[in-house]
Amino acid sequence: MYTQGLDQKGQPERTRDALETPEQLEAFQARVDAEEKIEAKDWMPEAYRRTLVRQISQHAHSEIIGMQPEGNWLTRAPSLKRKAILLAKIQDEAGHGLYLYSAAETLGVSRDQMVADLLSGKAKYSSIFNYPSLTWADIGAIGWLVDGAAIMNQIPLCRCSYGPYARAMVRICKEESFHQRQGYDIMVELCKGTAEQKAMAQDALNRWWWPSLMMFGPSDRDSKHSAQSMAWKIKRFTNDELRQKFIDVTVPQAEFLGLQVPDNECRLDQKTGHYTHGEIDWQEFIEVIKGNGPCNKQRLAKRRKAHDDGEWVRDAARAYAKKHAAKRAA
Amino acid sequence: MSDKEWPLYEVFIRSKSGLSHRHAGSIHAADDQMALDAARDTYTRRQEGVSIWVVRSSEIVASDPAESAAFFEPAEDKIYRHPTFYEMPEGVENL
Repeated sequence: MYTQGLDQKGQPERTRDALETPEQLEAFQARVDAEEKIEAKDWMPEAYRRTLVRQISQHAHSEIIGMQPEGNWLTRAPSLKRKAILLAKIQDEAGHGLYLYSAAETLGVSRDQMVADLLSGKAKYSSIFNYPSLTWADIGAIGWLVDGAAIMNQIPLCRCSYGPYARAMVRICKEESFHQRQGYDIMVELCKGTAEQKAMAQDALNRWWWPSLMMFGPSDRDSKHSAQSMAWKIKRFTNDELRQKFIDVTVPQAEFLGLQVPDNECRLDQKTGHYTHGEIDWQEFIEVIKGNGPCNKQRLAKRRKAHDDGEWVRDAARAYAKKHAAKRAA
Repeated sequence: MSDKEWPLYEVFIRSKSGLSHRHAGSIHAADDQMALDAARDTYTRRQEGVSIWVVRSSEIVASDPAESAAFFEPAEDKIYRHPTFYEMPEGVENL
């Protein structure tokens, strides 16, 4: 999920790259071309390492921040069943964040550093989580669309050339299908309900459709990381290819619900077999990435507060461990 | 900040009895017991395991991939360790 390949300010300088010989780079590319997995201690180009650290940590941050829009509805879930399901889903997101931080740490970046970068606003996370979850139907739309887009993105990442990332993605993909289904299940129930409930479902689709399409990242025309990431087999498909796949599977799902995606240009092209779509508002995308989305400030403020409020727990655990280690030593 | 970071533990999970433990990932924890609890919550939310090992990452000694050619070289010229090295005479069965 959430691998929009966003740029980050203050990237490390390219000093170490200069020490890499063409022979090393060629040998590395040959391993990648042969579909060998690259493991943590293997030699790798600095740029490969940097790309992965950026992508995996952004992915992890997205999982962590992604708990907020859904957490917003935990205490107002319409039934105990829905509440238990939502709680389990949100706990999974935390777990996904941890798998991914763990994978990123194998590349030599510390957990504390990644957390510090998120809290300072230096690191990016997926644009999608800067939109508000206004009604219960949004919880349905998030599971169906946001997790649906995530699955589209993540399945090819299971074959990523970097072993620890690929393995984390296998684990995540196994869990993700539950997330999407519980969301669609909410939508089905709302669409079978009263006219008002169905209108809520349509409203949620209207607001989440375009931001979900933006989750695949910039158009191929403007995606600066794509070509190199494809050559390194970090990415297997371009942003636009994945976006098209998502549209093709999702539009019929909306039709089944009796809902319409909010795009007048969306229709099945009989010649290509694909759905067409209107132009994405890239200006909105850029603004959200820059920090000017509807909820950017709120999301970061909440994460900082949670981090600060949890400090005494981290300190207490450390003090307890220290005390017992001293006892054992005595 | 980093001197306050909890130590890193590697997590190994036995998915069912009869199978070996397999590396799942890592977690940070203040001590061994908390590492086990955190590993359970992180890696076995869907009954993925019947047993967990956690070990401080700093305690693991690993071979160096850059040296692997030399390191594993002693096994390379011992093709007689493989049964296919031996040609069995025609007519002998059950070997």
